[in-house]
Amino acid sequence: MQKTFDIAVVGGGLVGMAIAFGLAKRGKRVVVCDGEDNALRAARGNFGLVWVQGKGANCVNYARWSLHSADAWQGFADELLARSGVSIGFCRPGGFNIAQSREELASKAEAMQRLHLAEPRLKFEVLESKELAQRLPAVGPHAAGAIYSPNDGHVSPLYTLRALFAAYERVGGEYAPNANVTEINPTSGSFRLRVANGHTLEAGRVVLAAGLGNRTLAPQVGLRAPVKPLRGQILVTERVRPFLAHPTIYVRQTVEGSVLVGDSAEDVGFNDGVTPDVLADIARRAIAPFPLLEHVRVVRAWGALRVMTPDGLPIYEESASHPGAYLATCHSGVTLAAAHCDTVAPWILGGDRPALLDTFYANRFAV
Amino acid sequence: MPTDLLFKTLPLAQQTTVRIYIDEQMHEVPGTLSVAAALLAAGHLACRTTPVGDNERAPFCMMGVCFDCLLEIDGVPNRQGCMTLVRDGMQVRRMQGARSIA
Ligand SMILES: Cc1cc2nc3c(=O)[nH]c(=O)nc-3n(C[C@H](O)[C@H](O)[C@H](O)COP(=O)(O)OP(=O)(O)OC[C@H]3O[C@@H](n4cnc5c(N)ncnc54)[C@H](O)[C@@H]3O)c2cc1C
Ligand code: FES
Repeated sequence: MQKTFDIAVVGGGLVGMAIAFGLAKRGKRVVVCDGEDNALRAARGNFGLVWVQGKGANCVNYARWSLHSADAWQGFADELLARSGVSIGFCRPGGFNIAQSREELASKAEAMQRLHLAEPRLKFEVLESKELAQRLPAVGPHAAGAIYSPNDGHVSPLYTLRALFAAYERVGGEYAPNANVTEINPTSGSFRLRVANGHTLEAGRVVLAAGLGNRTLAPQVGLRAPVKPLRGQILVTERVRPFLAHPTIYVRQTVEGSVLVGDSAEDVGFNDGVTPDVLADIARRAIAPFPLLEHVRVVRAWGALRVMTPDGLPIYEESASHPGAYLATCHSGVTLAAAHCDTVAPWILGGDRPALLDTFYANRFAV
Repeated sequence: MPTDLLFKTLPLAQQTTVRIYIDEQMHEVPGTLSVAAALLAAGHLACRTTPVGDNERAPFCMMGVCFDCLLEIDGVPNRQGCMTLVRDGMQVRRMQGARSIA
């Protein structure tokens, strides 16, 4: 039996679910086709930052887009709580980017100043080591200083995903697990999707939000998604009393007390494992600014693959040859979730393409 | 609580005993037990309180999975009581919330 929907979203990660929820709550019949249990899912292995600081050093529009979403995040979190009953622990106390040396601090400060000149709503402070020690007492004596930005926050990414699923289903969205899309056939005025379990679906529009899977799906509807995996490894410690009231770019404490440590980047293809050398390096880089972590026990570690375009910027595009087919991919799907839900979804429903998305076409990669 | 009555050490395990201290109180327990089992045998159900809600937790899975048996053992906080065997002279403390590092 073939089912018919207004819109089919391919991929149930953070990008797909944020868009699908945004579509379904606006009254559309939506289906999300998602991969198998062992699919690669950045949405389940990420660090949970809603981060603006330093983003878009070479593309102010990306900085603006990140800020736009971060500014919408509190409303998004409140709506998710109201609609799903799941509290996702979002808070935005501002974030610190700690520098180990004076030179590093100076270059970070200079980059922030450039961004601030281009977009005055990007706020930051440069803190020398003494001031940093006052503002963030957990930092030890060896940090040279830090950039503080009130734009940054963090959230539990797993609760966010769970809340999105619950809210999406509450507003009538349909979810198809184990439904890898293998083929998309544009028919007259709609799309027929062939799914790995043998079923087919028909939808008026299709949104490609399949993370690394977009690479092979996009060409079937005249789009391009030159995305590649970039592995990140993360360590989680035992729960400890709250000692860190702000997220930093690679150490943050969750509301439950665990400390997440991360931020490695390796080009290792589709291998999402962990390696002792990288984990040791991650631990060293955390203990240097936070010596009090030295004897805290690590309880878990994992690797996950980022979805990276060649320049690290997102792609949002409607197919020119097959109108109604959309592509959405980005490497900061937590940060951008609020914008995907309330800015990208209305565009897919037929609204004007938001001006903020101006630069994010795949033709920028044309050689 | 009904679990008071449910926890029984089998006669098989009643061999040599060791002395451990639970919150400074001396207990003589079978030397083959895990710390979590020794706590239950001594009638201490809750071994910790949770970091966020301050709710009491007792050893639950007894096989290293749930982390509900966290205890301070010989001065080291957050050790899994079910994965640690008792030892003569061991100092066990129940944990109040998360460990402090500051
Ligand atoms: C280590 C690490 C740390 C990160 N830290 C942060 C952070 O702090 N802040 C932040 O904003 N972002 C962070 N990210 C990025 C963020 O996790 C991703 O941007 C986001 O999860 C991307 O979501 P996605 O939905 O595009 O892809 P994914 O989460 O990978 O989901 C893709 C989904 O598509 C499905 N799929 C694939 N192919 C098909 C197909 N053919 N048919 C059907 N379904 C398919 C898969 O099953 C999967 O569920 C981090 C990522 C990593 C790896
Ligand atoms: S009782 Fe579950 S981990 Fe110890």
